[in-house]
Order: sequence, then structure tokens, then C-alpha cells
Amino acid sequence: MSSLITMDDLSDEDIQEVLNAAERLLPVAKGDIHLPLLQGRILGNLFFEPSTRTRMSFETAMKRLGGEVVNLGAVASSSVVKGETLYDTIRMVDGYADVIALRHPRQGAAQYAADAAEVPIANGGDGAGHHPTQTMLDLFTIRQAHGRLNGLRVILAGDLRYGRTVHSLAHALVRFNCELVFASPKGLKMPEEIIEDLEGHGATILESEDLLNHIDDADVIYMTRIQKERFPDEDEYRKVAGSFSLSADNLNNAKEEMIVMHPLPRVDEISPDVDKTRHARYFEQAFNGVVTRMALLCRMLGVEVPAKIGGEA
Amino acid sequence: MSAPETSMRRVTAINNGTVIDHVPAGKALLVLKMLGLDGKMATPVSMVMNVPSKKMGGKDIIKVEDRELTQHELDRLALIAPNASVAIIRAYTVAEKRVINLGDEVINVVYCTFANCASLGDREPLPHRMKVVSVEPLNLRCHYCGRPQDISELVENLL
Repeated sequence: MSSLITMDDLSDEDIQEVLNAAERLLPVAKGDIHLPLLQGRILGNLFFEPSTRTRMSFETAMKRLGGEVVNLGAVASSSVVKGETLYDTIRMVDGYADVIALRHPRQGAAQYAADAAEVPIANGGDGAGHHPTQTMLDLFTIRQAHGRLNGLRVILAGDLRYGRTVHSLAHALVRFNCELVFASPKGLKMPEEIIEDLEGHGATILESEDLLNHIDDADVIYMTRIQKERFPDEDEYRKVAGSFSLSADNLNNAKEEMIVMHPLPRVDEISPDVDKTRHARYFEQAFNGVVTRMALLCRMLGVEVPAKIGGEA
Repeated sequence: MSAPETSMRRVTAINNGTVIDHVPAGKALLVLKMLGLDGKMATPVSMVMNVPSKKMGGKDIIKVEDRELTQHELDRLALIAPNASVAIIRAYTVAEKRVINLGDEVINVVYCTFANCASLGDREPLPHRMKVVSVEPLNLRCHYCGRPQDISELVENLL
């Protein structure tokens, strides 16, 4: 595999293989086993937009596998402010690193970088476009909880209009025949062209402006943050945000194995009392970013993850 | 108008060059723009617009003298005149007929209609690329951002 730009770069089998490799790498991600599979390799972290989890988990993933990381650092102190093109920045880092993780405000930047670079590009989010490594860690979290991806009923809730995370995830879940419920306020619905595209792939989709009514049948609730700036005034925001938030009480009749996910950071959409329930998975989900990116980095660099890791022969 | 006048050619036959027929009515100027025929070239160009046509109702015709347009140049036309017929003329006779073919990708003909596409960054050097998803109806997507393109908007974005 070369670059990972969209989930289309991975077949269903590839996805399962990466998730299997990630599972084997869990003790390495936790630091229990030292396995320097990527020793001597360098990751170039190019984050043109703020990022905490994606940037740090790429960095942790590389370091846990014995590799090194070079960072672009703050855009304000780089050549970008002097007017350097993305092309030139990529060509330069191409000479410094063996693989590049890129986040950029412009849609299509990852594909653009992949065309410019010799080394593989991992898309860490490009404008409103794709965020496939997030999707992979989301799938890992779901499979870890349910033992499978196929045929689950998944609620995607909150801001479905602007969130690239939910767009990528919805596409991936449809490949595994999941039933999707899109629960969002009126102005933040899943874009029509995405729904058409998903339905074209045979998806079963239910759209709703209500979240709470669908909880009891769900296997997964994937919450997203509703951003204040999307609303004309504070009152409107509070009204809408309030109806798209979860508290522990809302989960009383949920299926036992149902999980609540969130790409984080959260604001008010998941009350802290959910953290202590058996359903909360968002912190594990954030940790899974490390192990999934470890597996993806190995794959992009052509390094095989051993079939057995640790003491067992 | 007398009978001999109606049968008279609106544009005289050319000795050598390229004739583009069956251009959708009113699109000839756009075709010239797409072909880079902007009046600065040395060769004569004739054009008639809104000629009655049995097949199309109305059509435009363009004749470019002393220049054989290449297949690559002609393929650019597929965006606005996919059914145009093209003849290469040598010594007043049709020497070759060419078919316009959009191919799988349109490179450096138009730029993406999505303002936040990475390919539109200042001085970015990579070619503008549109993937052809389907020809009928014409459906193009930007190679970089993946956005479907509105064709009526797209023809305003000629390079």
C-alpha cells in the first residue's frame, strides 16, 4: 500500500487485516512490549491546522515502534507564511521523512501531496474531505466492542453536515451492511449528496431530528460536537445542543453491549456521568488511535506485523 | 431572399484546415476560447452561429484555416460539444474525420469549481485534473478534492 487518502484506498479485506494487525500490536501500544518494527524510519508530521489527538497519536504510534518523528511545528513559524506552496513543502519533507502524516485546511490536499511526494502520505484530515485514519480507529473500537462490524445499528448524532469524521465513517459502515440512523438538528443534517451516495451503495438509512428515541435499539451511538459558531445566537445553540446531548439516565434501557463513541473533544454533548457507565468508549477510542495508526504506518512502510507478538510461540 | 442565396454557403469552403460542425447553438465562442483561438493567431477562423439543423434544431460551425487541430486539442471540446463532428480538410476535401473523446481524465482544461480545493492554492504547480465518471450525462469529479463538478459552472473555469 502506498498512501492512505480515503477509505477507498482500502478493500474490506485490507480493513480487516489492518484491524487484526492493530489488535496484535495492543501490548506494544501500551508499552508492555518493546517491538522496534520501524526503527530507523522517520515520520514527517505536517499539521497545517490545530490537532491534538491525531498529531499526538501518530507521533506516539511511530515512537512506540522505535521510529522517529520530525514536525512541521506551528505554521506561523514555518516557510508556509513566506508563501511556500504545498507542493514545495511536501517535496522538501519528502527528502526528510519515510512517511508523511498531513492535516490541511484545503480539501484534496492529501491527494495533492500524494501526487507530489515519493513517500506515502497518511491523510490526517483535509478540509471537509476525508479522515481515514480516524475512520479506521472508529472501526477498530466498534469491532473491539462487538466482535464484528457487520450488521450493526449505528446512530451518528450531532453535527452531520460539517463533520468529515462522520462522513468517512458512514461510508465505511455501509460497506459492512450496518443500519444507519442520522440524528441531527435541522440545519446540521447529513448532506444530501452523501445520503444519495450511501443509498446508491444499498444503505438502510433513517434520518431523525431526535436522538433519544433511537437509543434503545442501537449498538453504537457516535456523538459529535455541535459547534456554537454554526448558530445565529447563543439561545438557539443552547436549545439545539441540549437536545443532542447524552446523560447516563438516557441510557437506562440501552442494550447491554451498546457503546457510546465520540471523536473528542466533547463540550456538552456527553455528560460526565456517562463516563462511568459500561457504555462509554470515547477514551479507549482515543487510545485506539495509537494502535490503529501503528498498524497503518507499518502497512504504508511495507513492514509486516508479526503474527504473534509477545511470549506465546 | 432568393433561392440561389438560401443554398449559398454561409462560409466558403476552406482549402486546408479543420471544420468543427454540430457545435451546440450559441457555444461557438466558448469553443474558440477552449481551443485557445483568441484572434491572436495568424490563421483565418470563420464561424457561423444558429444555423438551422435537422438533428439539433440549431447549431454553430467553426472553420479554422491552415491549421489541423490535434486530437488532444479537440478532446477539450467534449465538455461543451461532445457530439461535434470534426473534419480535417486537405485540398478542399475531407481527408480525415475525427471523433471527440473525453477519455478517462481531463487534464489542464478547467480548474475545480470548489473554492477550497487544494489544487487552487496560489502558485501550486500540479496539473488541474478532472476524472470522467460518466459521459452521458457528463459527470466529472476533481481528482484532488473529489467534488462533483457542475458543468455549467465548470465551463466558466477554463484555463
